[in-house]
Amino acid sequence: MCYSRRRSPWLFHMNSGSCNGCDIEIVASLTPRYDAEQLGVRLEGSPRHADILCVTGPVTRNAVGAIRTVYDQVLGPKAVVAIGSCPATTNVFIDSRTLDGPLNKHVPVDVFVPGCPPRPDAIVEGIAKAAAILAERGKKLPAPEPAAELTTEVQQ
Amino acid sequence: MNMTTALARLLIFPGILFAVPAAWFFLWIERKAVALMQGRIGPPFMQPFYDFIKLLGKGTPPRSGIAGALMRAWPLIAVASAAGAVGLLPVLPASGGFEGDLILLLALLEVPSICIIAAGFSSRSIFGEIGSAREAVLSVSYNVVFLLAIVSVAASQHTFKLEALAQLPASPLRWLGIIAILVCLPAKLHLNPFSLPNAEQEIYSGPMTEYAGPELAMWELSHGLEWVAATGLVATLVAPHITLWWLAAIVFIALSFAVVLMLSTLAAATARLAIDTTVRFYWQCTLIFAVLAVSSALFMRLRS
Repeated sequence: MCYSRRRSPWLFHMNSGSCNGCDIEIVASLTPRYDAEQLGVRLEGSPRHADILCVTGPVTRNAVGAIRTVYDQVLGPKAVVAIGSCPATTNVFIDSRTLDGPLNKHVPVDVFVPGCPPRPDAIVEGIAKAAAILAERGKKLPAPEPAAELTTEVQQ
Repeated sequence: MNMTTALARLLIFPGILFAVPAAWFFLWIERKAVALMQGRIGPPFMQPFYDFIKLLGKGTPPRSGIAGALMRAWPLIAVASAAGAVGLLPVLPASGGFEGDLILLLALLEVPSICIIAAGFSSRSIFGEIGSAREAVLSVSYNVVFLLAIVSVAASQHTFKLEALAQLPASPLRWLGIIAILVCLPAKLHLNPFSLPNAEQEIYSGPMTEYAGPELAMWELSHGLEWVAATGLVATLVAPHITLWWLAAIVFIALSFAVVLMLSTLAAATARLAIDTTVRFYWQCTLIFAVLAVSSALFMRLRS
């Protein structure tokens, strides 16, 4: 079961006010050059099907409710990957009055993938780490502790 | 067909024991063919199995009342009827059968798509309802052609018994019918260019939007079993009559594999059509051929 969890991470991609740079890089990590499907990655249309929530963007005020709803719609065991510098630190938009970031104020984040935008191979590595966390978390069911474990150093 | 052979066919070959691994294998080919056509390496061989096991270990959203019970029941009904359809295929020579099992097979093949329609509506999600409406329209369009093709095949050979159909040599009319069936299969299996009901990303996941965990695993399995049953039906109609049982089984598997490869390549090479184009395709372009096949079959039958 743990092995299957590690080998079959299904993603749901959520944009919380991103500039579309990281979103393009997520798509790039599925293209022939990086081919994340070798790890069993599948981009799903519905959050109900997903294991890993990929969030991009600095979390605008409008997006907060949506992020919480979608996080609750993903069924456990689940993991959250923050893609890009924006969800980690709100990046250049820091102190903006339209933002309510960073992301780990609202949902527990497991892996941060820094970069503006991050390279596709960094995204694939982040997803692989999140899948390993997911497999560990599945062992101690029920109700995983929402751990904000930083596996990658966040660039300040 | 007595009870023992019926059970053996349902549970062992070509039923569940064979059909479930075959379903995963076909699902893998579907994804691998798309990946290879796009110049990727694609998922590992065991991927559909990993997906299935992982989905079994996930939670399901809390559901209550009759709608919840129905939502839990639809995938199980779909899997059961698809497995039953696979079990009816006359793969091994002299495996028995009964008059009219072709009709039962067609009815069982139709049940998963009815379940998908019902599931989308009972999920009460707007995307599920759009997907269900599309599935209903699509099913009305392709089924006319599909059933006419089957009727033409059966009428030209004077029988509704699958085993007798498999044993008789193929006539030119049967080939016409088989081509019509092949045209309908992408719509039946929700593949591109007719992947309207589940239209990934466009309407989220269509009728499956609200499904998760073990229920979604059952939907994936029923999709795989539909693959096995539909390609198996074509393989039975195409395959020459062989008396050696192991050779018959190998020919059946090879022919199914060829059909799966062909359909996956088509799916990878095409984009999704709009619903009106799809409906027009089936009602205007292919219906004529199906009507021609059926009328010539009936005409030949009257003459003989």
